[in-house]
Amino acid sequence: MCKDCGCSITHDHADHQHTHGGHHHGQLHSNPQLNDKKTLAVIHKILDKNDVEAQHNRDHFKSHNVTAFNLMSSPGSGKTTLLECLPEYLEQKYAVIEGDLETSRDADRLIAKGINAYQIQTGSACHLDAFMVHGALHHIDLDPIDICFVENVGNLVCPASYDVGTHKNIVLLSVPEGDDKIEKYPVMFRRADVVVITKSDLLPYFDFSIEQAKQQLHKLNPNVELFVLSVKNPESMKIFAHWINHNLEH
Amino acid sequence: MHEYSIVMSLMDQCEALALQHNAKGIEQVELKIGILSGVEPALLAQAFDTFKLETVCNDAKLIMNIQPLVLQCRDCEQQTQVNERTIICPACGGNNTLVMDGEDMMLMQLILDT
Repeated sequence: MCKDCGCSITHDHADHQHTHGGHHHGQLHSNPQLNDKKTLAVIHKILDKNDVEAQHNRDHFKSHNVTAFNLMSSPGSGKTTLLECLPEYLEQKYAVIEGDLETSRDADRLIAKGINAYQIQTGSACHLDAFMVHGALHHIDLDPIDICFVENVGNLVCPASYDVGTHKNIVLLSVPEGDDKIEKYPVMFRRADVVVITKSDLLPYFDFSIEQAKQQLHKLNPNVELFVLSVKNPESMKIFAHWINHNLEH
Repeated sequence: MHEYSIVMSLMDQCEALALQHNAKGIEQVELKIGILSGVEPALLAQAFDTFKLETVCNDAKLIMNIQPLVLQCRDCEQQTQVNERTIICPACGGNNTLVMDGEDMMLMQLILDT
């Protein structure tokens, strides 16, 4: 039994996670047959340190009245383009933390549009984690902004496992990629708060079924919000900007 | 290949726990890997074998228990275990479910050499 809270945690309660000043419900049980071996029940999230750092980032955003969104998708689905075009439709000011393996091209594109952007070059890392975002926050002045977008490394697999300390996950899926990506990359689409189907102006040229995409999301993430947009269609951009406006943290 | 960075976090935890309990080494590391945790068990095992050398886990055996989804249906109130990556309740076909397990990766148990 845990003497701090009195709970009797067992293996069946793996989701019951709490810590009291670094104490993680670790108990030593001697193995009677082998005196020099000890079995230690731990029940500890492997990415616990990242999760603690992520919460720290969220608190930091909150203390500056900034709402943070984590943008995830495969490379080339239009994350940077969406961020380039959004200022036209949003009253709020935003900054962008960019993650890429190499180059600062994405940040340069945004800076050219007058958006404050800081580029993280991950080297070979396929995702951003909470520590990298923390590092980038030292370079972003949060006072003049209302929103901070974290544009994750283009990848539908790895970024899904890391909480970077944002408030909501926005996952993009472009029409040319195909509607089957939802079923193929379930973890990413399960973690999404919003799915944005981009490049909708290409729908007439591809066999992308919005209905099929909806059905797959229904099986994986029924409460997710779905937007279909193209940066060339101002009406669709307004609808998405409206959603952002109504999902700010204050 | 984020399995490598996951293993680095795991090694950090193992080192800290071994130190805390004055262990000479770790004989066995037991994990629970949810089917919707986003981790590929084969890659994780490979990463573990690569990074364990010259750490406290040098001789450790890795046990991975794959955790299916555990769904609690809010409509029909059944709790079910599902091996597919879907949150549809197999009992009533509804999607008003809570995922109770199968989305996390956890360190569950260590056998310490003391």
